[in-house]
Amino acid sequence: LKHYNDETAVVFFEVEILDAKTKDKLCFLDKVRPALHSGTFYPQWYPARQSIRLDPKGKSLKDEDVLQHLPVGTTATFYFRDLGAQISWVTVFLTEYAGPLLIYLMFYFRVPFIYAPKYDFTTSKHWVVHLACMCHSFHYVKRLLETLFVHRFSHGTMPLRNIFKNCTYYWGFAAWMAYYINHPLYTPPIYGEQQVKMALIIFLFCQIGNFSIHIALRNLRPPGSKTRKIPYPTKNPFTWIFLLVSCPNYTYELGSWLGFTLMTQCLPVAFFTLVGFIQMTVWAKGKHRSYLKEFRDYPPLRSPILPFIL
Amino acid sequence: MASGEEDGAVEEKETNNKKKRTKSAIAIAWLTVYNIAMTAGWLVLAVAMIRFYLQKGTHRGLYRSIARTLKFFQTFALLEVGHCAIGIVRTSVIVTGVQVCSRIFMVWFIASSIRQVQNQESVILFLVVWTVTEITRYSFYTFNLLNHLPYFIKWARYNMFIVMYPLGVIGELMTIYAALPYVRRSGMYSLRLPNTYNVSFDYYYFLIIVMLSYIPLFPQLYFHMLRQRRRVLHGEVIVEKDE
Repeated sequence: LKHYNDETAVVFFEVEILDAKTKDKLCFLDKVRPALHSGTFYPQWYPARQSIRLDPKGKSLKDEDVLQHLPVGTTATFYFRDLGAQISWVTVFLTEYAGPLLIYLMFYFRVPFIYAPKYDFTTSKHWVVHLACMCHSFHYVKRLLETLFVHRFSHGTMPLRNIFKNCTYYWGFAAWMAYYINHPLYTPPIYGEQQVKMALIIFLFCQIGNFSIHIALRNLRPPGSKTRKIPYPTKNPFTWIFLLVSCPNYTYELGSWLGFTLMTQCLPVAFFTLVGFIQMTVWAKGKHRSYLKEFRDYPPLRSPILPFIL
Repeated sequence: MASGEEDGAVEEKETNNKKKRTKSAIAIAWLTVYNIAMTAGWLVLAVAMIRFYLQKGTHRGLYRSIARTLKFFQTFALLEVGHCAIGIVRTSVIVTGVQVCSRIFMVWFIASSIRQVQNQESVILFLVVWTVTEITRYSFYTFNLLNHLPYFIKWARYNMFIVMYPLGVIGELMTIYAALPYVRRSGMYSLRLPNTYNVSFDYYYFLIIVMLSYIPLFPQLYFHMLRQRRRVLHGEVIVEKDE
């Protein structure tokens, strides 16, 4: 149905919105202007939790999509899905990173009720324990600052239940590792100073590397935009790894935790490193796949996370 | 020429179909052999248990007498996880994995390794439950694969669990609970500080966590089976999902 406005000959659309699961007709709008943004339909659910899509099982339309440019006729049918309660990525990151920072310090300072009472508020006699605390704290402070000042997020929000899942993971592992590293019966690394120095070098190298990648990725994207581009090596040598790897931020993260494992010689830390590595590999493979799908000219030499291996 | 091409195409299709059917035939043959073997194994266990009780008049020493056979057949069930993984059985790998692992845990890490609990009545309880359940389950699969399923087996498989499952859980929990004092005293399977890798493990607290985990896990599995039962016994034609 076309309605013509005498003055400007604008073509109006009719829009009907169906529930993606039940296919009930939720609302019908006629005389919709072509420039209507898809992110504005339901006042009772805030926009972040609305998912509007062209196909019930398909991907969500983006907020910026304009009706006129979508592959619909003049009568458009959209499907609505309630994504559930949402929470912003920034909030989740800040919470999940602040936890380990504080929890580890509680164990480091041997706050009461963790170890035997005679150890309350004492400090370890091993210098590697002090070093480990500095490294662990530095790592999470870095993450918090990056969340506030460096990262540019594609999505504003994620499902609310993620914060419980993520915090359990980060806070739980932090407590488990910190308990042993700061324990009165902690055993320092077998190869002593050599081992700790080597581990510290690896750790710092990978922290700088990880930070360099985050900066490089941020610079790919102008402020406020959500564009995606292929990352390339820059003048910073730490970014040259882009030649071989799609997600070097994960590569460097793995390296940091391997360094920390070597430094503390603590099995729970090794376990945390392993679990993190598995998760990051899954993410890296997904990201690599979407790069390949989106860009025809994507460099073929790159692997998702480990050069030539994985 | 045209008919020649057509014939070629048809032939190719038939070979492909034959390949598909042959592959499934091997799977079906293997599964049939597997399930017959497991039915037989658990029948042997049942007979051994009954004979022991009839001869000795007591359950003391019964576990010891069947321990090796039980270990063999229960451990062999690990193959079922493999069946799900390669897709010849359509069940979730995780569900099967959890069930088989919990059985293996009970057999190897509780009953067989903690002698003092072997004469507990709760052990006999779960042994009887397991035996009845497994004989029913494996014969169900066997008859299913042979496309000749007597109704009473189907009835047994989807009704007996209602009583068997809770009884089995009670037997298992009581056994673990009885084992606790011996575990604590002996410090078995535990690692203390200080050690080179800065880790510790307390089997006693681990067992307590295991017992607590029955609380969320048992209802989920139980209601899953109840839902299965409703679907199957309501006469709907459904591809059988094995448990």
